[in-house]
Amino acid sequence: MNQIPLEHILGLGAVLFCLGLLAVFSKPHAVVVLMGIELIFNAANLNLIAFSRYDPEISEGQLFALFVMVVAAAEAAVTLAIVLRVYQLFKTSNVDELNTLKG
Amino acid sequence: MIPVSVIFYVFATLVAGSGLFMVLTKNVLYAAFSLLICLLSLAAIYVCLFADFAAIAQIMIYVGGVLVLILFGLMLSLKSSDAAQTSPSRNPIKSFLLAASVLVGLLFLIFNSNITALPGLGNIQPQFLTQKTSIYHLGIEFITTFALPFELASLLLLAALVGAAYISAGSKIK
Repeated sequence: MNQIPLEHILGLGAVLFCLGLLAVFSKPHAVVVLMGIELIFNAANLNLIAFSRYDPEISEGQLFALFVMVVAAAEAAVTLAIVLRVYQLFKTSNVDELNTLKG
Repeated sequence: MIPVSVIFYVFATLVAGSGLFMVLTKNVLYAAFSLLICLLSLAAIYVCLFADFAAIAQIMIYVGGVLVLILFGLMLSLKSSDAAQTSPSRNPIKSFLLAASVLVGLLFLIFNSNITALPGLGNIQPQFLTQKTSIYHLGIEFITTFALPFELASLLLLAALVGAAYISAGSKIK
């Protein structure tokens, strides 16, 4: 029998979310910020799959997690294309140095 | 036979540890490879939670697709000098305090709200303990109830791929 308590899975999701938050806040490299956003997506997916075990309809949480993965893949592709263009234009991928619009 | 809960805690430690190393390390390539370990261990946790198809999709989409994209993005946006491969933290104390306070608040809520007392969250549904795989029901749901979101997802992927190719090609396309 599966005896993993729901609280422990949600706690792992909270830890993963806060690690992603820390990466987004404290890392200046744009690709590392994107990696932090991926960690946050995965925390949300973990919670969706944890709750889908209790779903009397078959596994709609897993379906939603699959849609999240699709959107995350599309987002990663577009974001990395933007990062590459920004690097070609400004010769840097440090988000602190991209302050052209700063007044 | 090792119980499932032991496997879950081993991989949960691996997820948290590699995620922490990803945040703490200064080398961006080490960060990408620890993200690889984190995503693979999450796939193992999905198997422990009766989500085998989500685990396979996690390995194929995240590890096979997103992480390869991230590695290429890193390699194409790093200067060749060694000093540029590191990404030291800025405002480490402030961001750590903010993330730690969010974590403490979330854990306090999760462990004090007695969440399993909510209706419907008491017992794991019996079909998850008896069925061999979740692919059958997921496939039927994808082509009946969720057919429109499924097609919209394919349109979104097409638009994202065309847009990404156009943006990264830049001025070479007239």
